[in-house]
Amino acid sequence: MNKFRQWSVTNSRKLEAVYRNFEPVLMKLHPLFKTLGYGRLEKPVRVFEQAVKGLMFDCQMCGKCALSSTGMSCPMNCPKSIRNGPCGGVRLDGHCEIKPEMRCVWVEAWRGSQQMRDADAIQQVQLPVNHSLKGSSSWLRVVREDFATRDSETAQ
Amino acid sequence: MIAAYEQHPGSPLPPIEGHVSTGRLERVLRSGEFVVTAELAPPDSALAEDVYERARLFDGYVDGMNATDGSGAHCHMSSVAMCALLTNVGYSPVLQISCRDKNRIAIQGDVLGAAAMGVSNVLCLSGDGVQVGDHPEARPVFDLDSMSLLETIRIMRDESRFLSGRPITSPPQMFLGAAENPSAPPLDYRPYRLAKKIAAGAQFIQTQYVFDIEQLRTFMAKSRDLGLLEQCFIIPGVGPLASARTALWIRSNVPGINIPDTIIKRLEAAKEPKQEGRKICIELIQQIREIEGVSGVHVMAYRQEEAVGEIIQQSGVLDGRVPWYPGCELQSNIA
Repeated sequence: MNKFRQWSVTNSRKLEAVYRNFEPVLMKLHPLFKTLGYGRLEKPVRVFEQAVKGLMFDCQMCGKCALSSTGMSCPMNCPKSIRNGPCGGVRLDGHCEIKPEMRCVWVEAWRGSQQMRDADAIQQVQLPVNHSLKGSSSWLRVVREDFATRDSETAQ
Repeated sequence: MIAAYEQHPGSPLPPIEGHVSTGRLERVLRSGEFVVTAELAPPDSALAEDVYERARLFDGYVDGMNATDGSGAHCHMSSVAMCALLTNVGYSPVLQISCRDKNRIAIQGDVLGAAAMGVSNVLCLSGDGVQVGDHPEARPVFDLDSMSLLETIRIMRDESRFLSGRPITSPPQMFLGAAENPSAPPLDYRPYRLAKKIAAGAQFIQTQYVFDIEQLRTFMAKSRDLGLLEQCFIIPGVGPLASARTALWIRSNVPGINIPDTIIKRLEAAKEPKQEGRKICIELIQQIREIEGVSGVHVMAYRQEEAVGEIIQQSGVLDGRVPWYPGCELQSNIA
């Protein structure tokens, strides 16, 4: 899996473009999602999302995807689950202090982020992860939350 | 020489506008003095006197001492308890908080408790993995990381609320610190990560051991270019190496510490390696002092705590200044 993960970081710019196109598509699907019911869709979408992102990023389904600001390197693969890395224990060869056989997730994140159009996204301070979202679809949540904000704004 | 702002031990210093804390460390830093802090090794005992005995070694040489929080993932007396003991007699401890052992509920409670005990400084750390410690079978928590920990305490202090949003009636007036490592890859990202820590709330930085002075110079120069040094005090970490063997062991077993070959060769060639290690430390302190934008040094003399006073004195960085310690008023009256 490590090979796929590294490929994703190497191709972070392309994946960023894919995501940029993918998000409006998801947004367009909102009426459909709404008709079918977000609750009912949760399981099939989650399974699909987990399969795709699991293969490409070793995604841990934290429910709060940060890939676009972590150079397409999933921070939940850090043994200390650091969302704002890298820590001070990175080995001189760029490998992890806890898993010496693994490249530091955040050394990879820095590499990936610098190839992306939004190279500064890595500077956003990531707030603590909401553990109650673990295992849920990040894609569905993004759409649902976006429309919820739009609805509340129009209501005001 | 005792500064005018010193007061009776244990009582909070009068608040000053523009200061976030009523602690001594922030005052000395903002007054522009070259600050000295030291790492206080926690005892493996339930005896308060053990803490005081260790603290007394630093009397008259340090402006603050760091109470480590299970450093190296080893079990010792808790940092909150050590800080409570230290503030009781007027010391100015830096409470280290590691994210490894406690979740956000426990940490926020500790911050309130520590502030109530007169602790004014916190150093926010992610912490070492449990794998390197004496309880490798323990469950690692890492609910927060160093960055979100900074943000959390900043929110508690500046917005008088917990992360949950629930209000805090009297917020903790903490001077916020964080760590950085100018010697760990990716070297070119380190100054930007410092910027991120400042954005999250860091007001002072104590670094990992610096042995490669060039790496520190590069880090400081870039940080200066980014305009970070006006927003944050940088206190590089130093420490004496006991022998070439220790140095080699650290280099291969403690990730993130970069000891250049030149230092190891000097230790190998020395007749008295322990003395040579202290001499190297003194030289590093003097070189660090010359770097523009550095605000002090943080001495981590693991198992050589008794040498800290001598190292500081010989380095000359205090310029005759005697940092406050319990009973120093009596000393100066006699003199």
